[in-house]
Amino acid sequence: MTFINYASREINCKIVYYGPGLCGKTTNIQWIHEQANPEKRGKLVSLATETDRTLFFDFLPLDMGMVKGFKVRFHLYTVPGQVFYDASRKLILRGCDGVIFVADSQRPRLEANIESIANLATNLKDNGYDIRSIPYVLQLNKRDMPTAASLSEMEELLRFRNEPVIEAVASKGIGVIETLKACARQILMELQRS
Amino acid sequence: MAKLDLVMFEEEYGQLQEIIGRLQMDSASKVVFLVDKNGQQIAASGDVRSIDATSLASLTAGNVAATDGLAKLIGEKEFSLLFHEGEKDNLHISIVGKRGILVVIFDQSSSLALVRLRVKKASRELAEIFEKVEQRAQATFNESSNFESPFSEITDDDIDKLFGD
Repeated sequence: MTFINYASREINCKIVYYGPGLCGKTTNIQWIHEQANPEKRGKLVSLATETDRTLFFDFLPLDMGMVKGFKVRFHLYTVPGQVFYDASRKLILRGCDGVIFVADSQRPRLEANIESIANLATNLKDNGYDIRSIPYVLQLNKRDMPTAASLSEMEELLRFRNEPVIEAVASKGIGVIETLKACARQILMELQRS
Repeated sequence: MAKLDLVMFEEEYGQLQEIIGRLQMDSASKVVFLVDKNGQQIAASGDVRSIDATSLASLTAGNVAATDGLAKLIGEKEFSLLFHEGEKDNLHISIVGKRGILVVIFDQSSSLALVRLRVKKASRELAEIFEKVEQRAQATFNESSNFESPFSEITDDDIDKLFGD
């Protein structure tokens, strides 16, 4: 749900990074935080455990610039990937404008990706969204790992609606911005339609 | 989209600002924030520069959402009030209407009783405005409409520019 404020001329959009545990959701937004102009980024808030696993969410506000005289601000959230944090994941999807699914390319994690997409579909539905129509991007992360499955194999397993697919190595920043941009494009185009 | 966008025009925004400004004075509190349940700040009054308002809005919404989840687990509809007591400053968080959260930060120059009293009155007024905003959004959506959105002509170029291409 986009928040459009005509008084302060601002558009606020919420983007959620989703995916199985240790797939690189937090790494994506950490990289964006490190690279972003300090004047345009807000503080990166991480609610994590002592071992740096996401406990509730990470949050990064980003000022993107102007569109049609309105200041565009993205609020990036990650969910905790571990299976037993499902209640938290559902809460974080509330009011989101777009979802980035970060898949782990390593072969032993393929099943976890599939389960996580199924879980995303359920949690979106519980929040009143349809995974087939919400702005959505598939990021294939960890492409540099020796056990990474091929692009075609991953697409066949995980792609279901002609969504943009971006290959990434989030720890090196490869594909991170492209992914965000692909999602932002869909959200803003949605705004145009509605 | 699953839910209507929250669209705030200057008239309502001015009213919200006025109500929370008054609440901040009447309750002798330091800062009052109005945020939406999705974690976006709507309005603020008081010494806002001393606080990272964006993080506050996001964490408050997370806190309320988690508490909402807890309420449902034990069979309650919601907990409409959260209170956090600190050594110097206290946080009073309450739900306004269907989608608003009112956050009042106060110290010993006020008291919980005074804040609760003033919040109650302000909440009613704020809820009415939220209701109006919602009704108008619904009407605009149904008529689809005389209202010309400035975003009807967003182009690929506009989006490229956002990313500095």
